[in-house]
Amino acid sequence: MTEAAHGGPTEGGHDAAAVDRGRDLAERTRAGERRALARLLTEVENRSRTAEAALRILYPLAGQAHLIGVTGAPGAGKSTLVAALVGEARKGSRAVAVLAIDPSSPITGGAILGDRVRMQAYAGDSDVFIRSMASRGHVGGLATSTVAAAAVLDAAGFPLVFIETVGTGQSEVEVAAIADTTLVVQAPEMGDEVQAIKAGLLEVADIVVVNKADRPGADRAASHLRSMLTVGAQHDRAMGDRPRPKRPEVLLASGASGQGVPEVLASLDRREAKRRAAGTSGEADGARLARAEAQVWGILAERLRGRVREPARAAETKVVLRAVADHELDPYAAADRLLAALTDR
Amino acid sequence: MSDQREEQDQPGEPVEPGREHRQAKTRAAVLRGQEERRVVFRTSSAIDIAPLYTPADTASQDVDRDLGRPGEYPFTRGVQPSMYRGRLWTMRQYAGFSTAADTNARFRFLLDRGQTGLSVAFDLPTQMGYDPDSAKAAGEVGRVGVPVSSLEDMETLLEGLPLGEITTSMTINATAAILLAYYVAVADGRGVPRARLGGTVQNDILKEYIARGTYIYPAEASMRLVTDIFEFCAVELPLWNTISISGYHMREAGATAAQELAFTIADGIEYVKAAQARGLDVDLFAGRLSFFFAAWSELFEEVAKFRAARRMWARLMRERFGAVEPRSMMCRFHVQTAGSSLTAQSIDNNVVRTTVQALSAVLGGAQSLHTNARDEALALPSEASARLALRTQQILAHESGVTDTPDPLAGSYYVETLTDQLEAAANEYLAEIESLGGALKAIGRGFQQRAIQDAAFRYQREVEGHERIVVGINRYVDDPAAGPTLQRVDQGSEQGQIQRVRRVRAGRDHERWMTAMEGVARAASSTENLLPPLIEAAKAGATLGELSDQLRACWGEHRELLTV
Amino acid sequence: MSERPIKVLIAKPGLDGHDRGAKVLARGLRDEGFEVVYTGLRQTPEMVVSAALQEDVDVVGLSILSGAHMTLLPRIVEGLRAEGLDDVLVTAGGIIPDDDIPALTDAGVSRIFGPGTTIRQVADYIRENVQPRSEG
Repeated sequence: MTEAAHGGPTEGGHDAAAVDRGRDLAERTRAGERRALARLLTEVENRSRTAEAALRILYPLAGQAHLIGVTGAPGAGKSTLVAALVGEARKGSRAVAVLAIDPSSPITGGAILGDRVRMQAYAGDSDVFIRSMASRGHVGGLATSTVAAAAVLDAAGFPLVFIETVGTGQSEVEVAAIADTTLVVQAPEMGDEVQAIKAGLLEVADIVVVNKADRPGADRAASHLRSMLTVGAQHDRAMGDRPRPKRPEVLLASGASGQGVPEVLASLDRREAKRRAAGTSGEADGARLARAEAQVWGILAERLRGRVREPARAAETKVVLRAVADHELDPYAAADRLLAALTDR
Repeated sequence: MSDQREEQDQPGEPVEPGREHRQAKTRAAVLRGQEERRVVFRTSSAIDIAPLYTPADTASQDVDRDLGRPGEYPFTRGVQPSMYRGRLWTMRQYAGFSTAADTNARFRFLLDRGQTGLSVAFDLPTQMGYDPDSAKAAGEVGRVGVPVSSLEDMETLLEGLPLGEITTSMTINATAAILLAYYVAVADGRGVPRARLGGTVQNDILKEYIARGTYIYPAEASMRLVTDIFEFCAVELPLWNTISISGYHMREAGATAAQELAFTIADGIEYVKAAQARGLDVDLFAGRLSFFFAAWSELFEEVAKFRAARRMWARLMRERFGAVEPRSMMCRFHVQTAGSSLTAQSIDNNVVRTTVQALSAVLGGAQSLHTNARDEALALPSEASARLALRTQQILAHESGVTDTPDPLAGSYYVETLTDQLEAAANEYLAEIESLGGALKAIGRGFQQRAIQDAAFRYQREVEGHERIVVGINRYVDDPAAGPTLQRVDQGSEQGQIQRVRRVRAGRDHERWMTAMEGVARAASSTENLLPPLIEAAKAGATLGELSDQLRACWGEHRELLTV
Repeated sequence: MSERPIKVLIAKPGLDGHDRGAKVLARGLRDEGFEVVYTGLRQTPEMVVSAALQEDVDVVGLSILSGAHMTLLPRIVEGLRAEGLDDVLVTAGGIIPDDDIPALTDAGVSRIFGPGTTIRQVADYIRENVQPRSEG
């Protein structure tokens, strides 16, 4: 069994073996070995020391790929669109990776990961790598695993990495924070526009794709979205203090028929080229900083949790938690006390 | 507690069924001085069964309006006035053999014994539009039925059979138009008039998307193929049943009786709408629509389902679609006993299950019936078990006496109530499907698929939780006996089939074949009926895989919707 | 520290479209705490192997009712081995006659579940037989 990064055994022997294994997996992943890549992604999901050791090698090599977040309501056709974009990218012989994230059951921890159904056509193509990940109920930690997994795929040499999530809650906002470009998929059904705004989906979008463009009502939905977004932008300017961070582009496409898909990929490529050209001065650089922040904060929180739970401190931590539970100590004072104990040593 | 209620319920008060039930239940418990065996008694469709049914339950029924006489609108009591007093149902046993020649030999054997209805099961490559040498067909050729890859195979299959006198039922859907084209081409070649050809193609693509999975093309193209068959047959093959609208496979996938009823009728509505949109007069094609249901072991619910199906369809056809001909309003159906109710353990128990299920089909007024063999949970049936399955039908027909009067359960307080309740439950599903825009749109959203999967999952949980007893599985389990002797499929048939199709490709007139294939592509890309060019292509030596690929190139393929 | 959930690929090789069993099992195993990758109908051996590899699953569960098991199942096991996935547990279910089981076991299918098997039986079998992950 793999060891967990937080609260796991800390003896040097274990660490050394994990570091060796991590290095080995990193090297084999760089060399293009798909099986090593798959195993390493498992370590990343498990937040193991092996993953940590591998990432120390791979992270500096990453930063080459375009990370594209794809989100939208269930049934909007995300997987179909991603599959079509993969096909389009393959026409240009570009290697593509897809990370498809599905929710875990909070009760049993189990999950059904079904996004491959749409993408099985690429089974024989070694330049397409598809990986499903269960969210595993990490509080705010989805970003940590996802960024790490994306960095691994990036370092493995995939210039395009799609990160697909179901837009039903917090996850799409988390993922939007870590993607270079966020694509929101909409189906042209009545009422969806309103739902999308409510869910905050449009606020994270760089590109909105009105999918199933072959359906009646698609054009109407697209123009409705465009006018709504224009109004939103004016409203934001009128407010003066808070410029709207993004003005999403609205595109029509059909993942099923392939219609409009080349245009979506072209738009993604244009944005990426612009971002690269702008370097650290551009607006898009904010996404990279946000990604770094999300990642480091996530790891920091995890490390802190791990350290206060270390066997040497576990007893003390328990006493403090008990005191909070009994309302003898407030949670702020408790946190301060645990932090102080860490820095004392 | 019971005293108080008894006092309130004075005789002469207006009768309210719920109260009647509660009252009766209380009385029954008092009489027996004990609790009932279960907290609730419930059918597969989650209809609660009252402790007792009385005239009050059927008081609101108008016999003329809701039942009619057998052979009369709304056909609740059957589509024929005398039912089985006149003619017994067709005992149509579906069977698969591994080559066209073997199947033909079997058909000749059956015809010699007086059978007139043949039933063909095709192998999966034929159902899915692949030639036997396609990589997709590896290991599948001749497994679950006969491979028919070209006109030559169809000629072999029908060798020496009097096509103008027999009826041939073909369980074929996504490739139905191609198989029908081969059949017609054989008849043309022998000079048998098309107007004399009788038979059925299953041709029900909607249930493939919902439950059976043997689809090829996207929904719109598939519906167009279905309608092309309606249109072609209305003119050219007036005796051909153009579709068998099937609830069977949905039930097998886990649907409840109410879901089976509702989803089948919803599919029927979609087909009628498509045909009317094509400009076909309803009375020109509706009389050739037929249905196919499952029979499960809950006897009364099944009988109620069959009766409700007839009434619902008749009313829909007359009131919504404006049918005038009585035949257009008749829900004529084939029944197969429930394969998924069979157990791999204690397989003799399956004979009893099948008997009860077959009885429900007979009491429900089926036009034809297939009884499953005892070993079908393990393999294709052996000859001995297939014979026993047929004997089961014959015993019901000739010894049980249930055939001596039409609709013998009519007027039963329970069965009439269940018939009404199933109709009501089905109408609720139908309303939901309508609100989603009809069967096709609802399928696109996974509505039927999810409902069926939920029911299947619930059933599994009930069996595992011992809430539902399955004899030999979770109670009264026998010691495992030595396995029965099973029917084996000849492993060598795949190579033979590959050689045959390659010979066909090598031996045909290339020019004629090219022209015919182009004709198919042209029709597929326009609104021209596909049957005539398919028949010409059949005659020009085009193989099933080539024709299916040609249509794939024009239309693409359906993508599976994940509904787990 | 929670153990990693066991990851299972449920696949339907061959052309038959009967997915009731596969879907019921996928849901049941999810409820048993497994992470279940479901790939849909008509999976070629190449698709199954590629999914098992990329998803790094512990178990491959194959559902087949078409009678093509003697052709397809050994090909899948061979494909897994060719990719170095020797430690993946391969199980199958559906309509597979007893006579065929020894040959399939020899080919590397560790267990055939017949009709009437419960979800719990499958889950327990997997938990007891899944290979601990090698550190290599």
